[in-house]
Amino acid sequence: MQAALSAGHYIPHLCYHPEFKPHGSCKLCTVKVGGRTAASCTMPAEAGLNVESNIEEMNGLRRTLVQMLFAEGNHFCPSCEKSGNCMLQALGYDLEVHTAGFRHLYPDRPVDASHPDILLDFNRCILCELCVRASSEVDGKNVFALSGRGITKHLIVNAESGLLKDTDIALTDKAMQVCPVGVILPKRVGFRVPIGKRKYDQRPISAQALDDAPRQADAGDSCAACEGSP
Amino acid sequence: MIESCKVAVRPELVEGHNDKSAHPSNLRTNGSIVAGNEYKFMSKKLRIATTSLAGCFGCHMSFLDIDERLFPLLDLVEFDRSPLTDIKHCGPCDIGLIEGGICNAENVHVLREFRKNCKILISIGACAINGGLPAQRNHLDLGSCLTEVYLTEPGLAHGHIPNDPELPLPLDKVHPLHEVVKIDYFIPGCPPSGDAIWKFLTDLIAGKTPELGHGLIKYD
Repeated sequence: MQAALSAGHYIPHLCYHPEFKPHGSCKLCTVKVGGRTAASCTMPAEAGLNVESNIEEMNGLRRTLVQMLFAEGNHFCPSCEKSGNCMLQALGYDLEVHTAGFRHLYPDRPVDASHPDILLDFNRCILCELCVRASSEVDGKNVFALSGRGITKHLIVNAESGLLKDTDIALTDKAMQVCPVGVILPKRVGFRVPIGKRKYDQRPISAQALDDAPRQADAGDSCAACEGSP
Repeated sequence: MIESCKVAVRPELVEGHNDKSAHPSNLRTNGSIVAGNEYKFMSKKLRIATTSLAGCFGCHMSFLDIDERLFPLLDLVEFDRSPLTDIKHCGPCDIGLIEGGICNAENVHVLREFRKNCKILISIGACAINGGLPAQRNHLDLGSCLTEVYLTEPGLAHGHIPNDPELPLPLDKVHPLHEVVKIDYFIPGCPPSGDAIWKFLTDLIAGKTPELGHGLIKYD
């Protein structure tokens, strides 16, 4: 993934973020390497690798993954204040996903509005763990974690009460900036930019991602993502 | 504005079409189904039926937003059951457009009537596609919803839960259309813009796989 982005090639992704260790969970970045599929964010680059990404076979897999994410949570875009700035939605647009297709699960996930400045709407969580990683690796606060396994896996708040108001999260934290969907939202600013004038209303995510992704060259010598790899 | 509205109809709309070929995934993987078989439009106009189930008629309003393009459209199609004609039951049609999801027993009957009569059935708008706003009651118990709305909500004391036999019974959950019958195409949006509806319909009528593309495909 880093190699592709550095070379100016966009690969669709949700849980990958250039500032954090790759996680390999969303599988949106799945590419075909030597006839096999692999998540490009956790696949080490090698000289001479033949990687196929923007082909119908891979985009078909990505389309299905996006559809499953939409069916699994409660993604009601018309009433979501992240609409237009949401990576999941933008990928749906790019992949021409017209319907989730699958049977919707409509899970019961109460919101946490306990914090005076921050709203947590778990209905939209896609379990990318970016907030978990940001809060532990950058903020040093460990506000978020994932709990449970399989279909019951869900995002939790690390406080005895389980409520966000009993943590030391702050609006300036990195964890506030990384949610690709509409889970972690600052209060009272939701519709400051009107629907229709937002990030992915202007240009598709595939046309913007390269501008947004800090290239490896920009990051200097050390890259958190490459730690531990030979 | 109307140059993209080619006067041709897709093969599924003529006699003996195979329903399976209309499925988007088939068209996506086998473009030749569409590309090789453009039929010249003869004398018969395509017949279109529309209805709103658990919707707000916003998608119909958006359909009217194609404005003066309604006239070239009416050269190609005529309307069967629709709020525009006030025809109460659907006869044999080429295209059915349905907005809104399924929230009560009557919705199911109407949807089945459309599926039975329409060669191509299209879900239009967020509610038809994922239940939309009405589906936001799905994680709640229907009985407690009705109790809160009609009995315990402040200001509605001494009310009662409506029980007129003419009222269709609500379903336990709100469903997208594709969970009840087979749907051939989906036009997302709340509502989809008039331009999106126009692009989709004219592509379909011209025998192309409908594509919306950036700016027209919207979920909000």
